[in-house]
Amino acid sequence: MAYVIIGNGIASLGAIDGIRKYDRNTPITVIGAENTAAYGKPLTSYLLAGRISPERLSMRPDDYYKGKNVNLKLATYINKIDLEARELRTSEGEQIQFEKLLLATGGKPYVPQVNGLEGEGVYNFTAAKDAYRLIESVKDLKRAVVIGGGLIGLKAAESLYNRGVEVAVVESDQRILPLAYDGEAAALIAKRVEEAGMLVRCGVSGKNIVRDKSGKLRGILLEDKSFLEADAIVIAIGVVSNTELAEQAGIRVDKGIVVDDNMFTGKDGIYAAGDVAQARDVIFDKDKVVPVWSNAYTQGYYAGRNMAGNESKYPGTMSMSSISFFGLPTISVGEVNPDPDNSEYEIYTFFDERKQSYRKLVFKKDQLVGYVLVGDIDFAGMYTSFIKFKFKVDAITRKRLSQGEPDVLMWPDEFFNKAWNPDSK
Amino acid sequence: MKRIYPDRELCIGCGLCVLGCLAAHSKSHDLVLAYKEERAKGLVSRKRLIEDDEVCIAISCRHCEEPECVPVCISGALTKDEVTGITVYDADKCVGCWTCIMACPYGAIQRDKYNNKIIKCDLCAGRENGPACVEACPNRALRYEER
Ligand SMILES: Cc1cc2nc3c(=O)[nH]c(=O)nc-3n(C[C@H](O)[C@H](O)[C@H](O)COP(=O)(O)OP(=O)(O)OC[C@H]3O[C@@H](n4cnc5c(N)ncnc54)[C@H](O)[C@@H]3O)c2cc1C
Ligand code: SF4
Ligand code: SF4
Repeated sequence: MAYVIIGNGIASLGAIDGIRKYDRNTPITVIGAENTAAYGKPLTSYLLAGRISPERLSMRPDDYYKGKNVNLKLATYINKIDLEARELRTSEGEQIQFEKLLLATGGKPYVPQVNGLEGEGVYNFTAAKDAYRLIESVKDLKRAVVIGGGLIGLKAAESLYNRGVEVAVVESDQRILPLAYDGEAAALIAKRVEEAGMLVRCGVSGKNIVRDKSGKLRGILLEDKSFLEADAIVIAIGVVSNTELAEQAGIRVDKGIVVDDNMFTGKDGIYAAGDVAQARDVIFDKDKVVPVWSNAYTQGYYAGRNMAGNESKYPGTMSMSSISFFGLPTISVGEVNPDPDNSEYEIYTFFDERKQSYRKLVFKKDQLVGYVLVGDIDFAGMYTSFIKFKFKVDAITRKRLSQGEPDVLMWPDEFFNKAWNPDSK
Repeated sequence: MKRIYPDRELCIGCGLCVLGCLAAHSKSHDLVLAYKEERAKGLVSRKRLIEDDEVCIAISCRHCEEPECVPVCISGALTKDEVTGITVYDADKCVGCWTCIMACPYGAIQRDKYNNKIIKCDLCAGRENGPACVEACPNRALRYEER
């Protein structure tokens, strides 16, 4: 077997596409611990909310793997990589040979320091099975507490709320969405969430999970000694890279598996991509784990190309998220919380309370490096273009960008012509 | 593949392409009904006319060789047809997360706020005379050709 991919998430799909672009024939084996083919992980919150049916989770048509000559081995867990023998060991003791190997094992839920997590009524929210478990018990739920006020926590909370459950969100930081958004956007979103009837508790963390004598969940005691009643507790504080396999095998690991611009780990024939990998971030110009969907696919895609012998440089990670909360759309791209003491940055903000519209643009020297939009998100892609193509922004362009309706005519002429109207051959 | 190329030297901002697209994507295929009635129910032109003081241009999806929108789509609603090269959109799958709007640096995707889905050029799939916008342009500012 030439190509072997561990993990069957979106990074794995990217890798299949990347390999098959240059190598149509050599068989690929994909091994996944879950029992379904790659599915839309972000869709699991839509599933929990009852907005889509389970059939819609799947990312590719049923004949995709066969058509690409991929041998998909599901419900199989790899627990050892033997670099010497160039083989993998499954949890069933089976051995699988590889020549080129991709580690696309994603992340696993981060476990907070709360007492009493073991036992009934406590859920994660990182895989489809978590959503199915919650859906099964949702009719018996009156109150739930979600631990974690980041993107996934809030999405889980909204989904449960849509199912008629009373929800409280507990976030240890001083505000929700501490990483992806800035304070103003977070405040707007918090307001919307609270208006919908959810409780948001920031600046406090969970301490003890309280159960009755029979072990049934009663609620959670917080560090400030307040108590939140709950029949379910959902842990959603994010994921940490699933790096054990790599560590055991002696592959270099920092926060995630360290890879170069070819997604190569430095060990002969071994690559990594997705939430498990620590790759170059274009804006911060350093290696980072940025666990978002688009990065996972693209990293997989470039790993695949390189595995197939087509040397190609990964264009780099860009943190970006687009999520709506209770109908309020929000987008955040790039560097949005720069060091306030660094005079290289210039920040522009606009806020219209009546329209619930917020816009923040972050300029570094003469470039746009990040932005946040809440409400009016229609021109997001245009801001992204300025970041992605690293256009120099003069005073007039800066003013026009800040005014809110950027368009392609603001691009440099040569670039416009190249992109939109190249010469006929 | 054949793509639509907008030429800003020739565009006069008349907006006929926008209307041509609207009619072609309407249920009635009648411009007046499309404009007067279907628009109120969420019909949006896939063509967008952009103007500043001196120039104007009509844009829509470029059907990029390596699109930014496809890999970011969380639902599989956007895919690349390996045979035709078209960036295909399946509205039934779309969940309205707007990730593609954030990712497309060409500003070629719009929100359909009525249906909580996106709107994007489909090159008038199946239309006999090719894209309606190209046909409607009186000044040859839109060309549908191989480059
Ligand atoms: C609820 C939720 C909502 C999200 N929403 C968004 C969003 O809106 N936008 C966004 O950009 N991102 C979102 N994300 C993040 C996004 O889903 C991830 O960044 C992305 O799925 C990572 O893909 P991956 O392929 O690297 O890993 P994963 O999707 O985690 O896939 C890894 C796979 O590897 C398997 N595996 C792991 N170890 C082994 C092993 N030893 N042997 C065999 N198989 C193994 C796992 O079972 C899993 O199937 C969300 C995540 C969650 C959980
Ligand atoms: S929507 Fe944008 S990124 Fe996607 S194919 Fe069209 S122009 Fe390219
Ligand atoms: S808005 Fe629809 S098409 Fe766009 S990324 Fe989201 S699901 Fe895909």
